[in-house]
Amino acid sequence: MIVQLIDFLRDRLKTVIRLCYAGLALLVAWDIIFVDKHHAHTWPEKLWFFWALFGFVACVLIILVSKWFGHCHWFGGKFTIMAPEDYYDK
Amino acid sequence: MINDLWVHPALLLILGAFVLPFVQRGSLRKVFLVAVPALAFLATYSMEAGTFATMSFMDWQLTFGRVDQLSKVFAYIMTLMCVIGTIYGLHVEEDAQHIAAWLYVAGSLGVIFAGDYLVLFLFWEVMAFSSVFLVWFRRRPQSLATGYRYLLVHTFGGLVLLAGIVLQYQATGGDISFNLLTDAVGGDKAFHLDDIFNVSLPTYLIMLGFILNAAVPPLHAWLPDAYGEATVTGAVFMCAFTTKTAIYALARGCAGMDILVPLGVIMALYGVVYAVLENDCRRLLAYHIVSQVGYMVAGVGIGTAMAINGAVAHAFAHILYKGLLFMGCGSVLYMTGKSKFTELGGLYKKMPRAFVFTLIGGLSISAFPLFSGFVSKSMIVAAGFEEHLYWAAFLLTLASAGTFLHTGLKVPYFIWFGENNCSKETWEKAADPPANMQWAMGIAAFFCVFIGCYVPYLYHMLPFQDEARHYAEMVYGSYHVSESLQILLFTALGFFLLLKKLKPEPTISIDLDWFYRMGGRGFQWLASKPIQAVDNGVNEGYRYLGLIPLMTVARFWSWFDWHAIDGVVDGIARGVRGVGGVGRRLQSGRLQNGLLYAASLSAIILIVYVLS
Repeated sequence: MIVQLIDFLRDRLKTVIRLCYAGLALLVAWDIIFVDKHHAHTWPEKLWFFWALFGFVACVLIILVSKWFGHCHWFGGKFTIMAPEDYYDK
Repeated sequence: MINDLWVHPALLLILGAFVLPFVQRGSLRKVFLVAVPALAFLATYSMEAGTFATMSFMDWQLTFGRVDQLSKVFAYIMTLMCVIGTIYGLHVEEDAQHIAAWLYVAGSLGVIFAGDYLVLFLFWEVMAFSSVFLVWFRRRPQSLATGYRYLLVHTFGGLVLLAGIVLQYQATGGDISFNLLTDAVGGDKAFHLDDIFNVSLPTYLIMLGFILNAAVPPLHAWLPDAYGEATVTGAVFMCAFTTKTAIYALARGCAGMDILVPLGVIMALYGVVYAVLENDCRRLLAYHIVSQVGYMVAGVGIGTAMAINGAVAHAFAHILYKGLLFMGCGSVLYMTGKSKFTELGGLYKKMPRAFVFTLIGGLSISAFPLFSGFVSKSMIVAAGFEEHLYWAAFLLTLASAGTFLHTGLKVPYFIWFGENNCSKETWEKAADPPANMQWAMGIAAFFCVFIGCYVPYLYHMLPFQDEARHYAEMVYGSYHVSESLQILLFTALGFFLLLKKLKPEPTISIDLDWFYRMGGRGFQWLASKPIQAVDNGVNEGYRYLGLIPLMTVARFWSWFDWHAIDGVVDGIARGVRGVGGVGRRLQSGRLQNGLLYAASLSAIILIVYVLS
């Protein structure tokens, strides 16, 4: 049953993606129009799109910074954090 | 001497562990395996607050059973996880694996109920020495080395803790009771440099011992090293007990210690960065333990009633969802023999149930509304905001985007969807795991959803009830739900847009264990080259100065031995040979087995001593 459901969605991938975008738009709209921002602790939280942008930028930053950290050649070129799998066996 | 009404749940597990080898009939054994942890759970569940099982030992008053709100909630979740973990491992035939797991849980429970540092230290070491077997039982060539590294680090941590305890004992004039280390608590809740200098050395040493077990960088590298290498069922136990017992100890001893706030935030981010780079799914989950425990460490550091509630609630929720995630990825490893993303993918057709359970774990750890992480993690972040520690609160929120990115998206996507990297053999072997493993995952998944949907279940157990009731009113407020959903769903958007960047790479990530792994090699070189040379020199000198006189003396003794002693010895030798024969059967020459016997024997002696 689970497999059929997943296949059903995969066969209509374009529609699913469109629905997801619509969901994101609805979420932001709901946040702007209806949500009471009384409990916010800092001023930027009261801006429109703040947490949506925060989530997106956080995700991009984490991926880019981590990959840079892993691939960067440290200490003059030879050493990278992401090393071959047999690194410790050599 | 144990109070008639109070049974230590650890005692039940230890006794169960020793009876297990004698229960060998198939179905009876399974009933026994479930019954023992279930009894331990019931014993914990039915406990009243108070102090039990006290005894005097030399000059000290030892307390084995301090039951209050804090210890009870931790013991509750530990014994519950023990039931789930044992069901997950029900198919494992080897008794020793169950015994090691139960002794490990017993160690954790012993620490939780300990009222003084001596008992705490005793069970602290029981935990380290029994859990290492869960790595060794994997029986790959590298398992042995990994286990020894794990043991080495924990022995070091234990020694630091012991040093702290001894100095504390001296400084307080003989007080060994395990309570809040008062000089640990800063005056203001903001992070002040003064606090670093005002805290005394014993407090620092005890804290260091604790945070090593909590895997705070730079003392964290043992965790992904060992948990990635543990057996399938062993990892399910390990991911729950060591770090969360350390959180309990920190919450008891170091609540409000300001330095823990930046340490916790660093942890939360460090784990996220390494999780991006990781190719092995269980090591990725291990790095996310570092990240999640970071929230708890920060919560303990903030130290307000709300933050401590948050740390406890998050430990509770974390044990269940992290156990569930390790069970999900463990079942992939169990069925296919693979745990690397570059050797998996597209498995949803073959392992749909494992996928759904893992997804529930992933949504829980990501703090999706209606899942357990949502009601626990947010409490710590909210406590940060309330104490005006904005930098900490925002960075922890940033890390939670990373959590969803990896555990909620990367793990399910690259195992069950994405590019199919399975070899033909892997693909053929893949299927949903045996029924007992599915049951265990189902139970854990149920609790993950139940905690998220029915808030009072968890909140009623928290140590500060007023704050818990207050927070329960706002946790499902529209602002909080909207904030969380925006962060999570836009993280998902970023994930799918940058999917190509996240493609797994067949590498390992060098972490700080490099120092002792390579340091070990340095020591070997030192031993084989300079030290060997010195040794040779000493030998040469000794030959001339010592050996010749020694030989003369030896000749005399050999004459004496030949003529006088042999007659007596021959009789004894026959006796010794008999005993030796028995001993030979017990020991197979492997150090691990020797250690298991030694640990078992000490446990027996301890039980006999306590009961007598």
